[in-house]
Amino acid sequence: MSSSLQLPKNVEDALLQSDPSTSRRNFLKSSGALILTVGANTIFGSKVRAQSMDSGPFTDPDFLELDTWIVIHPDNTASFFVGKTDGGQGTGTAFRQMMCDELDIAYDKTDLVMGSTDTTPDQGGSGGSDGVERDGWPMRRVAAEARRVLLRLASEHLSIPVTDLTANNAVISSKSDALKSVTYAELIGGRTFDVSLKGENVNATTGEANVKSVSELNVIGQSIQRYDIPAKVDGSLTWAVDVKLPGMVHARNIRPTLAGATLGSIDESSVSDTPGFIRIVSRGNYVAVVCEREEQAIIAARLLKVDWQAPSESAFPASENLFDYMRNAAIAANSVSDVTGEPDSALGAAEQVIEAEYQVPFQGHTAIGPAHALADPSDGQMTIYSNDMKSYGLRRGVAKFLSIPEEQVRVVYMDGPQVYGRTAADDAGFEAAFLANELGRPVRIQWMRDEETAWDTKGPAYTFKLRGGLDAQGKVVALDYAARSADFNHLGYNQADTVLIAQLMGIRPAKPAEGRAVTPSIKYSIPNQRMTADVVSLPLIWETPLRTGNLRDPNGPQVTFAFESFIDELASAANADPVQFRLDLLSASDEDDLLRKARSIATLNAAAERFGWDTRPSPKPSTSELDSPVVTGRGLGYTYRNGTVVALIAEVEVNRTTGHVWVKRMVCGHDCGLVINPAGLSHTVECGILHGVSRALWEEVQFDTEKVKSVDWVSYPSLRHSDTPESIEIVQVNGDPNPNRDDLPHYGAGEASHKPVIAAVANAIFDATGIRLRQPPFRKERVLEALQTKT
Amino acid sequence: MSVVTLRVNGATHEVDIDPSTPLLYILRNDLDFRGPRFGCGLGQCGACTVLVDGAALRSCTIPASQVSGEITTLEGLSQNGTLDPLQQAWIDEQVPQCGYCQNGQIMTAKALLDQNPSPTGAEIRLGMEGALCRCMSYYRIQAAIKRVVEGRVTASDTVATDPGEEV
Repeated sequence: MSSSLQLPKNVEDALLQSDPSTSRRNFLKSSGALILTVGANTIFGSKVRAQSMDSGPFTDPDFLELDTWIVIHPDNTASFFVGKTDGGQGTGTAFRQMMCDELDIAYDKTDLVMGSTDTTPDQGGSGGSDGVERDGWPMRRVAAEARRVLLRLASEHLSIPVTDLTANNAVISSKSDALKSVTYAELIGGRTFDVSLKGENVNATTGEANVKSVSELNVIGQSIQRYDIPAKVDGSLTWAVDVKLPGMVHARNIRPTLAGATLGSIDESSVSDTPGFIRIVSRGNYVAVVCEREEQAIIAARLLKVDWQAPSESAFPASENLFDYMRNAAIAANSVSDVTGEPDSALGAAEQVIEAEYQVPFQGHTAIGPAHALADPSDGQMTIYSNDMKSYGLRRGVAKFLSIPEEQVRVVYMDGPQVYGRTAADDAGFEAAFLANELGRPVRIQWMRDEETAWDTKGPAYTFKLRGGLDAQGKVVALDYAARSADFNHLGYNQADTVLIAQLMGIRPAKPAEGRAVTPSIKYSIPNQRMTADVVSLPLIWETPLRTGNLRDPNGPQVTFAFESFIDELASAANADPVQFRLDLLSASDEDDLLRKARSIATLNAAAERFGWDTRPSPKPSTSELDSPVVTGRGLGYTYRNGTVVALIAEVEVNRTTGHVWVKRMVCGHDCGLVINPAGLSHTVECGILHGVSRALWEEVQFDTEKVKSVDWVSYPSLRHSDTPESIEIVQVNGDPNPNRDDLPHYGAGEASHKPVIAAVANAIFDATGIRLRQPPFRKERVLEALQTKT
Repeated sequence: MSVVTLRVNGATHEVDIDPSTPLLYILRNDLDFRGPRFGCGLGQCGACTVLVDGAALRSCTIPASQVSGEITTLEGLSQNGTLDPLQQAWIDEQVPQCGYCQNGQIMTAKALLDQNPSPTGAEIRLGMEGALCRCMSYYRIQAAIKRVVEGRVTASDTVATDPGEEV
């Protein structure tokens, strides 16, 4: 152990209680992971934590070794090691359930270690809601393989054929004589499996064993409480923001006051006498100040006099002119153009043609806790304590950025504020590592609120133009969808040449990333379609606070807002009920990958039934509410995301006097296949919906031509307690035509419910008022203006 | 620099510090409390909330030297290893997603219920209005507070393995 390395408190406590002389420690060290068994009652309600104690080099845990994934302890408990991270969606609990089921061990006899680059196999961390969908499979397969190996060992131990043995809760016994039994610990506790796995990549990792069929699973499907919650409510959890190391100092960044400005000069004398001042570190346009204490660094960063040279051209149009700019800009990249049938002639022959334009502003992550990391350069290595959701990428990126071998870098993943794509490009991790390397001391950095809100990665703004043709029977015969996104130079994952510090230092990749503009993931039966999507660029593409990155379900809320609003407009023009209109469009569709058609229809019907949907066209006939300032309405948003189906119904109250919109009730039909943890799923779906409500009602990045003006919770408002719905009901649907099949797959749930929210809310406002709002957020001023324009 | 005396969770601490230092940094960096966290430094989000003589206070903006009362942090809510009913309700309802803001949610709720043990739904919304959550766990937070108000909290010496009612 490095003498200068002070581990997080929970690990430190574990160390003190462990016996350093045990051989178990040595064998685990040799297999790449040090396991510390501590008293049975730790803060996590679990008994094992893991941390490499070596001072490097930090080699990759080999995903083709069973011992990398699973350790059986002498007390007949087990630890699982997975290369994922959990941003609070309960995936860690779900992974444990999946592995427990395959291993045949009780949930409370296990522990799970996630996402630290030197102790867990590289599964890439988190992103794309594919943890349960994709990464859960190798976890299930390796646990099944461990069970197979244990059965073989038990067969030798008991002299009973494997076919006559059964495994239950970490004990293997004879099917005919339960007294003939042996525990997993007796077979292998404290020793290694020494079993090799196969697979071309980590996702394909497998042993010889097959996973269980659905009917054999019993831990999967239970609403087990999340293991991480108790320590999050009693204050005992050590977060990435809590780690302290001897000799640690504190840094704060100083950002250009104008987007695209270049550094003129720094007046060091403006801070050199401030208490605790250590050093100003600057390279290119990157500037940071380092002090002994955190509050000293905050003060010094405020006081530091920096002369910034304004750029010769405006960085971007002001936010109020953004959409005009985007509509008139030259196409920068990535045109998508898919044509089915003859959309132009079909539109020309249509009985009715409906046209509408929509737009969605830039929206931010604005994490509740600004970006942060602690980097320790002790012993010539670089250890970063971080909540990076893609910790393995941070390791590779930092090694490249600092020009040091990857083996000298490790990332210790710890809990942090919400991720949702923000820490996939972990600016603070790079900054801490750079500063620690410069100072030769552990450096902790955290961004300030104005910096986080203005400079974090943004979800791209979009404009849309849609045209649809209806025949005399109200059937959709043609659709023309044209989208533009301001997503040029979309940020990569922890790339050494695109994170903010690299950009500010003038480091550039060969060419900017083209970004994406996308078409809907929804597949309705429309015979003639043109679907186009193009990327446009703002004037400033490097060192800009309007840099785009992945924000929860990237592009999905924007595209689904426009598309599902327009489908609602078509339904209204056809004088059709919005649910039935979509059911008709789905029923006639040829698209059926992953059985999406039957599952979509089942999910729509389930949501409508739970809501008590009355079949009628929108808007609602204004009768009973004529004299009331408050009118109510309901709206539907349907979507499909990588195998998961969502039908979301919003009920809103609109105050016609104030313009205030309250989403009063949400009913969500949700089919993600096999459900691992029903209560955990509902919670994640619920919070994904509310995040969407916040984007529908409140969120918009505002800027003038020189800088982002959204810098705090007043200038970037977010959903609050007062606007929380009165009721949220999640209806878990299994719409598979063969719902009890033994190979029912599990799909993701972290983002799908977030996708249709803005559309559902907009459609409900239309139902209530007859007003079609085509640009979120639906703040009261905008709603009131639309209401007054109508009357 | 001067010696500032703070009473936190029943213990007295003396810290030699610039007296204008916001309380948050002393609690976190000198006294090793992990409940209060930096969110905005502006008193806008609530992540740094502590109780001072029972009232919720934003520790990120108040100078330590101006705090003379008894400070309670999230760590100080549990007594003799038994969680405060609010904390247990937070587990019963499985409130947090990431959990970073939950210190502010729980401490704000504690001050609210100490002042008004039977708030209506509207009073809960109003009382909690200043505590922001970006994972949007608001619905669960309000359910957990109602659970305490209505006396439906699991006995806190047992941790349920089944959350019971599925939402």
